[in-house]
Amino acid sequence: MNHWIIAPVVLPALLAPVIGFVMRHDIVLARTASIFGAVAMLAIAVGLFVMSGGDPQVYYLGNWPAPFGIVLVLDRLSAVMVLLTSVLALIVLLHAVATGWDSRGRHFHALFQFQLMGIVGAFLTGDIFNLFVFFEILLIASYGLMIHSGGKDRMRAGLQYVVINLAGSTLFLFALGVLYATTGTLNIADLALRLQEIPPEEAALVRVAAMLLLIVFGLKAALFPVQFWLPATYANAPAPVAALFAIMTKVGAYAILRIHTVVFGPGIDATDGLVQTWLLPAAIVTIAIGAIGVLGARRLMPLIAFSVVGSMGTLMAAISAFTPEATTAALYYLVHSTFAAAVLFLVADLVVTRRGRDSLAVQPATVQNGLFAALFFAAAIAMAGMPPLSGFLGKLLVLDALRDPGTMVWAWAAILLGSLLTIVGLARAGSQLFWKSVSVTNDDADEETPEADEDPTKRPAGATEVAPTVVALAVLAALTVLAGPVSNYLDGATEQLFDRDGYVTSVLGTEGEE
Amino acid sequence: MEIVVASSVAALTAAGVYLILRLRTFATILGLALLSYAVNVFLFSSGRLAIDLPPILSKYGDAGYTDPLPQALVLTAIVISFGMTAVLVMVALGAFVESDDDKIDMDSPDETEEGNAP
Repeated sequence: MNHWIIAPVVLPALLAPVIGFVMRHDIVLARTASIFGAVAMLAIAVGLFVMSGGDPQVYYLGNWPAPFGIVLVLDRLSAVMVLLTSVLALIVLLHAVATGWDSRGRHFHALFQFQLMGIVGAFLTGDIFNLFVFFEILLIASYGLMIHSGGKDRMRAGLQYVVINLAGSTLFLFALGVLYATTGTLNIADLALRLQEIPPEEAALVRVAAMLLLIVFGLKAALFPVQFWLPATYANAPAPVAALFAIMTKVGAYAILRIHTVVFGPGIDATDGLVQTWLLPAAIVTIAIGAIGVLGARRLMPLIAFSVVGSMGTLMAAISAFTPEATTAALYYLVHSTFAAAVLFLVADLVVTRRGRDSLAVQPATVQNGLFAALFFAAAIAMAGMPPLSGFLGKLLVLDALRDPGTMVWAWAAILLGSLLTIVGLARAGSQLFWKSVSVTNDDADEETPEADEDPTKRPAGATEVAPTVVALAVLAALTVLAGPVSNYLDGATEQLFDRDGYVTSVLGTEGEE
Repeated sequence: MEIVVASSVAALTAAGVYLILRLRTFATILGLALLSYAVNVFLFSSGRLAIDLPPILSKYGDAGYTDPLPQALVLTAIVISFGMTAVLVMVALGAFVESDDDKIDMDSPDETEEGNAP
């Protein structure tokens, strides 16, 4: 048994209470420990990524044989997701430390580590009830992060976010109850095995469970009609937290990929065609909502939040095909859109801090207007899917994969029109924020000059504050340059995901060896 | 037995959904609590209903037993929903103190042209 598989869960689980209890009064100590944790997590993730080359590896907790104990499964898909999480976490953490966001409230670093634990656990687990538990861990940490540093709007948005997710958790439990009552198991591999034996005429309850799970994961992934919580939440969350939340929507997308491919996927008679029928129309409406929201937003943070909704719609459209080609495209776009959304939020944080508010109204140029404009330009290109960055390649792959004659018109029209509207919306925001601001002069600029050092809106961003954003953009550039090797690797991950028998054999078939 | 459990799950769920849709914090907290009770009873019944049977296999003769797994699941679900309700109460109190309003619904994020401070 490879014990490294549980390391990315254990590390933050041990570190977070230490940071929370021991280092609560010393921000320097907490920052050091938290950054150490994120770096160690990245090292473990790279290690797991290297180790994930062969068949899926299974970690039996307490050495209980599957399906009786809980298992963690490391395959290529999990390895990619864990690596993605740890890279993003390190970037976001460095940004939060450099800009001082972490010291504007209590327990940022402890919650951050718990959040990482939940996300990584959700990616690694091979047991659907354990998936629920990790969802709850990442959610309860995200509640704390969401309302970090407080404020009227943030508290109210946080309340909304907590309520909608608690309702979602209840639905998740109902789905698990139905699934356990019909199949008698909660292990994902065992579920895949049992569902193959259920004849279609006796599958009504299983179909109910499949749809309930789709709604629950769709809620996490901001899929229409349960996307409404996302703009208010992301727009009011602290910007670094919103950047970290870029991975949270992907947890929902990953869960749909995993559960609705391996358990309810193609070739299972009981749920054949059920999910595909609903997922594509929902994804198309999600793209439309995102694009129209971007066009209509009058504040920067909601604008970015709506662009995240739009990118989730594109991702879901690719997932809804449930073919290997489309899934590879979806995975590439998933990695890209995580970083694109994070970069936009990080740039927005730098700009909004210096403008003093996030309205898109024209106001005098901030210090380093040119630098921020350049960063925003690059991030917007990535998000909208224009060449030369990876968003273009990602959307191209998605379009190429969605060639089914019946649905091609709708999917292509939605993705292309959605991209156009997103470009227009982001261009308008950029020109309001950066171009027009140059022509406006601040009348009382002279009076404020003496106290420029104390006023946070006048202070130029230092190298440490800009560096995380630049690194994230560099990751996007690397994703573009290395698109070939990356998509080859993702091809392997997809192949493994669709190889249901291989997954089942790896998890259930090696009981005697240990 | 089945009809009692089924109708209690139905009643709890209906009341929970109704209270959540009131969109006021206190009603919503009660509604979510009722929903979590409903799902706990529901999970309990997913291992088949049995009366007066222990959740362990007996090696002395062929005594019956009831499925222990749903009981473990319910225990986990209770602990989680307990903690979540506590968090929800705290967040709801915080939001009420900050905004002097117990509505869950927010004004449109775009409504204020001014924009939010970071």
